[in-house]
Amino acid sequence: MIANAFDYTAPQSLDEALTLIGNGAKPLSGGMSLIPMMKLRLASPEHLVDLGRLKELSYIREQDGELHIGAAITYYELESSTLLLGKCPLIAETATHIGDIQVRNMGTLGGSVAHADPAADYPATLQALEAKIVLRSATGARTLSTKDFFLDTFTTALEPGEIVAEIIVPIEPGLTGTSYQKFRQPASGFAMVGIAARIRQQAGTLSLIRIGVTGLSGSSYRATNVEAALEGKQPTEENIRAASALVGDGVDASADLHASADYRQHLATIYTAKAIRAALSRSA
Amino acid sequence: MTKQIISVTINGARQTHEVEPRLLLIHYLRETLGLTGAHIGCETSLCGACTVELNGKAIKSCSMFAVQANGAEILTIEGLASADGKLHPMQEAFWNEHALQCGFCTPGMIMVSKQLVERNPHPTDVEIREGLDGNLCRCTGYQHIVNAVRAAAKAGA
Ligand SMILES: Cc1cc2nc3c(=O)[nH]c(=O)nc-3n(C[C@H](O)[C@H](O)[C@H](O)COP(=O)(O)OP(=O)(O)OC[C@H]3O[C@@H](n4cnc5c(N)ncnc54)[C@H](O)[C@@H]3O)c2cc1C
Ligand code: FES
Ligand code: FES
Repeated sequence: MIANAFDYTAPQSLDEALTLIGNGAKPLSGGMSLIPMMKLRLASPEHLVDLGRLKELSYIREQDGELHIGAAITYYELESSTLLLGKCPLIAETATHIGDIQVRNMGTLGGSVAHADPAADYPATLQALEAKIVLRSATGARTLSTKDFFLDTFTTALEPGEIVAEIIVPIEPGLTGTSYQKFRQPASGFAMVGIAARIRQQAGTLSLIRIGVTGLSGSSYRATNVEAALEGKQPTEENIRAASALVGDGVDASADLHASADYRQHLATIYTAKAIRAALSRSA
Repeated sequence: MTKQIISVTINGARQTHEVEPRLLLIHYLRETLGLTGAHIGCETSLCGACTVELNGKAIKSCSMFAVQANGAEILTIEGLASADGKLHPMQEAFWNEHALQCGFCTPGMIMVSKQLVERNPHPTDVEIREGLDGNLCRCTGYQHIVNAVRAAAKAGA
């Protein structure tokens, strides 16, 4: 399996990369989605610009009360970051659900976000965290919410010439509980359904609840109806079940040889409740 | 399209070659350098037979272009034993625990197991199985491989 011929540049700086990408070159990060597609000749870019080795995109830092993660940070760097494990454990935990050791050594947060695979794990987590996605081009930068960024299957708000440069996630106050729960497709390991939950409690009621969903349909989303059904309520088993049943309401569930639309909806309900319970057990 | 000169340190020896950007790292290792220890099982990033270490990280060399490795240090199964022929403790454990039958998956299994134990020196059986998630074996049923990794960890591999 040999890709079509292409030119390759390992740029010395982000500016050089952005200029080349502005001229039509395609970004390469971990290559864990792009290279398999190139080998199958589903993708045949003429010029690859390797962002994966750019130091300027490889950092995790705390700044102005938030966590800034460079696009080229790998899953292994996320899962092993003491800063993230301490201040935003959900983003570290999600990495452990992806692929295998070798894939996590190469695959990047920026690549996953840009690729927007409907069964990818990070989109659910970033939805629940209300992350901000920083896009850069040779001519400027803009910052989008996950809602404005993830549009559809493999479709994002990225314009030609733009890259995902940084992901910004909140520092979670000690009382927030989070969890990512995934039903793996047994052969590929991708999410049939993946649910990220983020919860805060106050005096026995839920003061904050955010639910991010992946795998169920063509794009990740925030299940605002589940959130609305639980916010201000007591997290009783009955309330959790009733709210979780709303997760796929009005959603055009995907069907394929692994799962029918009904079965995916069923999984989404079960895994939403699971994620909420797990997040609750971690929120003081 | 334009060929490029890459320079890579493989099992301690510096190698410099002109390659096409589309040349996969596994083909560079096997065909350009004659290092046939890393195998091609699936060539689709699923079986792990092609696993080698790149700058200390286990990667699937069928899913990386050789040009991406320019400047890197690579360790393959051929470089794992010491110069006097003494096997690496992980190799030793695979030998002792009969962790192979046909041996096709073994180079990849050993490379990923080495990484697993480096990162988690006292893995549980569940953690071992999770760590081997990206590597397929069609012969052993995995049990003896898990035994080997456990034994190597105990021996401080
Ligand atoms: C065996 C295997 C198992 C996997 N299992 C899972 C899983 O369980 N869950 C999961 O979520 N994923 C899984 N993946 C996919 C993996 O997460 C990929 O790493 C990810 O989808 C893409 O990230 P990357 O860094 O490898 O990007 P690449 O493959 O390099 O790029 C992907 C796409 O994004 C573009 N791109 C890359 N970086 C940027 C950027 N910064 N800005 C703009 N565009 C960019 C590229 O041009 C390309 O179109 C698996 C992959 C493999 C091979
Ligand atoms: S040959 Fe590389 S993963 Fe199978
Ligand atoms: S020993 Fe034959 S494939 Fe593993």
